[in-house]
Amino acid sequence: MEPTNIRNPQYFHKVVDCQWACPAHTNVPEYIRLIAQGRYADAYLLNRESNVFPGILGRTCDRPCEPACRRGRVEDKPVAICRLKRVASDLRGDIADRLPRPAAAKNGMRIACVGAGPASLAVANDLVPLGYDVTIYEKLPVAGGLMRSNIPAFRLPERVLDEELDMILGMGVHVHYGAPIESMKWLLDQGYDAIFVGSGAPRGKDLEIPGRHETDRIHIGIDWLESVAFGHVEHIGERVLIIGVGNTAMDCCRSSRRLGGKDIKVMARKPRRYFKASPWELDDAEEEQVEIVVNHEPKRFVVEHGKLVGMEFQRYESREEGGKLTQTPIDTVFLPADDVILAIGQEGAFPWIERDIGIEFDKWGVPVVDKVTHQCSLPGVFFGGDAAWGPLNIIWAVEHAHQAAISIDARCSGRPLTDRLPPGMNLSSAKMGLHEWSYKNDYNPEKRQKMTHVALVERFKRMNIEVEVGFDAEQTAREVERCLNCDIQTVFTDSLCIECDACVDVCPVTCLTITKNEEEPELRKHLSAPATNPAQDLFVSGPLPQTRRIMVKDEDMCVHCGLCAERCPTAAWDMQKFDLIVPYARGTSAHNGNGNGRLGSGARRTQCNGK
Amino acid sequence: MSYIKKPAARHPSLQPNKLGLTVRDYEGSMSTLCAGCGHDSVTAAIVKAFYELDTPPHMVAKLSGIGCSSKTPTYFLSGAHGFNSAHGRMPAIATGAAAANRELTCIGVSGDGDSLSIGLGQMCHAIRRNVNMLYVIENNGVYGLTKGQFSASADIGSKSKRGEPNTQAPIDPVMLGLSLGATFVARSFSGDKADLVPILKAGIRHRGFALVDVISPCVTFNDHEGSTKSYLYTRQHQVQVVEADFVPPASEITASVAAGGATQVTMHDGSILSLRKVASDYDPTDRQAVWSYLYERQRSGEVPVGLLFVDERGVEMHAASKTVDVPLSKLPFEELCPGRAALDALQDTYR
Ligand SMILES: Cc1cc2nc3c(=O)[nH]c(=O)nc-3n(C[C@H](O)[C@H](O)[C@H](O)COP(=O)(O)OP(=O)(O)OC[C@H]3O[C@@H](n4cnc5c(N)ncnc54)[C@H](O)[C@@H]3O)c2cc1C
Ligand SMILES: Cc1ncc(C[n+]2csc(CCOP(=O)(O)OP(=O)(O)O)c2C)c(N)n1
Ligand code: SF4
Ligand code: SF4
Ligand code: SF4
Ligand SMILES: [Mg+2]
Repeated sequence: MEPTNIRNPQYFHKVVDCQWACPAHTNVPEYIRLIAQGRYADAYLLNRESNVFPGILGRTCDRPCEPACRRGRVEDKPVAICRLKRVASDLRGDIADRLPRPAAAKNGMRIACVGAGPASLAVANDLVPLGYDVTIYEKLPVAGGLMRSNIPAFRLPERVLDEELDMILGMGVHVHYGAPIESMKWLLDQGYDAIFVGSGAPRGKDLEIPGRHETDRIHIGIDWLESVAFGHVEHIGERVLIIGVGNTAMDCCRSSRRLGGKDIKVMARKPRRYFKASPWELDDAEEEQVEIVVNHEPKRFVVEHGKLVGMEFQRYESREEGGKLTQTPIDTVFLPADDVILAIGQEGAFPWIERDIGIEFDKWGVPVVDKVTHQCSLPGVFFGGDAAWGPLNIIWAVEHAHQAAISIDARCSGRPLTDRLPPGMNLSSAKMGLHEWSYKNDYNPEKRQKMTHVALVERFKRMNIEVEVGFDAEQTAREVERCLNCDIQTVFTDSLCIECDACVDVCPVTCLTITKNEEEPELRKHLSAPATNPAQDLFVSGPLPQTRRIMVKDEDMCVHCGLCAERCPTAAWDMQKFDLIVPYARGTSAHNGNGNGRLGSGARRTQCNGK
Repeated sequence: MSYIKKPAARHPSLQPNKLGLTVRDYEGSMSTLCAGCGHDSVTAAIVKAFYELDTPPHMVAKLSGIGCSSKTPTYFLSGAHGFNSAHGRMPAIATGAAAANRELTCIGVSGDGDSLSIGLGQMCHAIRRNVNMLYVIENNGVYGLTKGQFSASADIGSKSKRGEPNTQAPIDPVMLGLSLGATFVARSFSGDKADLVPILKAGIRHRGFALVDVISPCVTFNDHEGSTKSYLYTRQHQVQVVEADFVPPASEITASVAAGGATQVTMHDGSILSLRKVASDYDPTDRQAVWSYLYERQRSGEVPVGLLFVDERGVEMHAASKTVDVPLSKLPFEELCPGRAALDALQDTYR
């Protein structure tokens, strides 16, 4: 193998599994250390830089970081990254004077956003401090998008949502509430310098089977949750069937439980391991005595004398062979129900975008959007969040917004949209003394802390009692010690190595090998412990001075204990703190009048986006 | 010296041996030696050897004297018995331990200072008695623990850290062992576990005194230019004379072991020792030829390594003394010490 190029920031970035997996590349280990030091405000602000909504996400994030966490490979359970984020948010204190401020002088550029969900809000968060004038058009009378209208208050308290939205709105974002955009043509004609479409994926999928339109007791999940959120629905029948087993279904069944539902079943077509819902959401629903029924496919709604009495299902037997699922029908069963909620997916809907204005749609009616720049086929119009490529989640909406903001900023500064800064890095030695480091390198075998939940009877009293209590001081103190500090990197200097084997011998997880060079597949087999996880890289040094062999490190299992560096007589291994420098919209330094030109009539549209 | 304990986390692919123990279960506490000391690598090799032999740690006695090398039994097999004797006195203690409980596997770890200066007489007599033990000399040419004075194994002309050359002739434990009739003599290098681990395994299984001289550089006091016991010097001058493969009883003999040119020695427990000679005219079972060969090669500046000599016909201490099969430590007191009347009767036979 060729020696690893550790000058490429992506090499070390990938070692920080959580940060690599986070769509917005949140610096997790650093914020966990800040929490460990009691620096909650610093931890909050570090989070906010990349994920914008730490309080909201500390409760609701889909947390792709956790399955990626190294601790989950070394032991069985990952660090409770998300819960710790909430700790930072809950204990941050007053940070008003440390938040971004609107620029002292406007830069003359006007940006319109459609929808006041997390995507548009994060665009505003990035652009207002740079002097942009941002206007949001929102259909509903409130901001927050699905975070407000669909995520139930027992998971995300209104206070937390309001606080974090206000941090952005308070910078002077203009929001037109109750102002649905009904024509893109109209919006284009308002003379904005760029438009960001953050209108979400607002249409819940329907289930066209017999009986669908013979009763008013069948509800579309996301619409029903919205009615609940805004107080239009306050009751539901005792027997409720939820069709679908994604995260929306989980919110529907748990909301039903609080609105009078007693016998609540979530109906799934497939066995459990095929569910889309996150495992913890399933656990939370089952804790509330919701029954999850597998291998049932809806056949028809049974309506008698205009009244819904239940549903008929096809029952299947499931078998898995060679990773392939085969389902054979067994029989048909009837389940009684007073209400049925359909939670089988969402899609985008753009009836308000005229098809003759240069915005290209694909054959599924989805706008064609560039994966990097977020621009659609009409220069100056950008998409992000669920509106871009269908429903995702909040953290992806935020990352889309960062990228779209970079594009908008480039456009308005007259730079090509493709002129994007690559990520950078800082590396600095963590050495503080002979065997002292700027981080705690001692491995703590503590187990993952369990979240305390409000007692069942108590939590069902009102719709908005937050179920998760949050970590207490003791739990926080234990959980922070579980982080392996993956950002403290092992950095090797081959010219210093005398091949004494000290590092190889001491490594508790057998990641190091001094061996002769081979091609990667062979090398992976011949290490101290075979490197069987291809998702994790091998570090390969140049030839070592004494024998011309190479030092190989399998990044997979390293617990960043620093012992290799402590036992190395020549400091060929050093522990160095890695900081990823994530580029954001940087402002219109090279101001060139109207940048790439205003949209709409009278705009210099010919100039379009630079190339 | 590291302040933290070695993390309990281990690689999930670590296989348990026949006792259900992984290699990490054969470790001891964290080393307090200098970072990069060769002795730590020898420790790692010992850990590996005992793990691979499926040895129950509590059936091992670890014995040592004084020196950095003699500190190392603390760093392996924390479940074993251990004794740190006075400087150079380990062979006597080991002899006693082996005499009292013949079921124990005895491993002595010593240094060139501990064995070749103050303890030279002790070592010679342990060899002469053919005590059933593995005797490892971690040889670095200096007294590491007392800050790097030349030891009796320092070569003529080898320079101290301050640049002064050694002028006295070295005592070579390998040549000494051969001339005293040792039945198992090997030399290895701490930086070459592929060579060292099979030698240690064979030495543990050898019935009798197994002498292993391991060049184990002192990174702090004897790893500079001009030293003949540095990592670099050893790498540049070591010559592999014999490659040993240790095959436990009743295992299949692989092609590499059976390869041509190998001398196969069957050990007492049925293990097979395959000795592949890199030099074609070398016979690792001919004491006199081995002595002459090594004498020549060493005079020309080479450091011959490998399992240099083995003789499975030797009579170890218990056999020579015709002791009972039951370990003395397990004999009922009345049998071990039959009393005045029995002593009188014995003495009568000499009158
Ligand atoms: C029930 C449910 C639970 C969820 N739970 C989670 C969770 O726990 N964690 C998580 O990360 N994600 C969750 N999600 C997904 C997450 O809420 C969305 O991915 C995220 O809100 C998308 O943000 P967005 O800004 O793209 O769009 P949205 O949040 O959908 O916001 C779009 C906004 O645009 C407005 N709008 C739409 N059309 C127009 C128009 N023509 N003119 C003006 N305004 C318009 C809408 O009213 C809305 O306010 C959940 C989704 C659902 C349905
Ligand atoms: C009776 C006695 N004499 C002298 C000493 C001082 N002393 C301690 S260790 C040592 C030499 C150790 O050298 P070696 O056995 O080569 O071990 P190394 O430290 O090099 O591994 C000496 C002379 C002592 N501890 N006891
Ligand atoms: S920091 Fe070094 S010693 Fe510790 S696990 Fe990683 S490679 Fe091994
Ligand atoms: S401890 Fe240092 S000098 Fe020794 S082998 Fe490892 S990197 Fe090389
Ligand atoms: S002084 Fe020499 S022998 Fe002793 S621990 Fe340090 S390097 Fe090893
Ligand atoms: Mg010594």
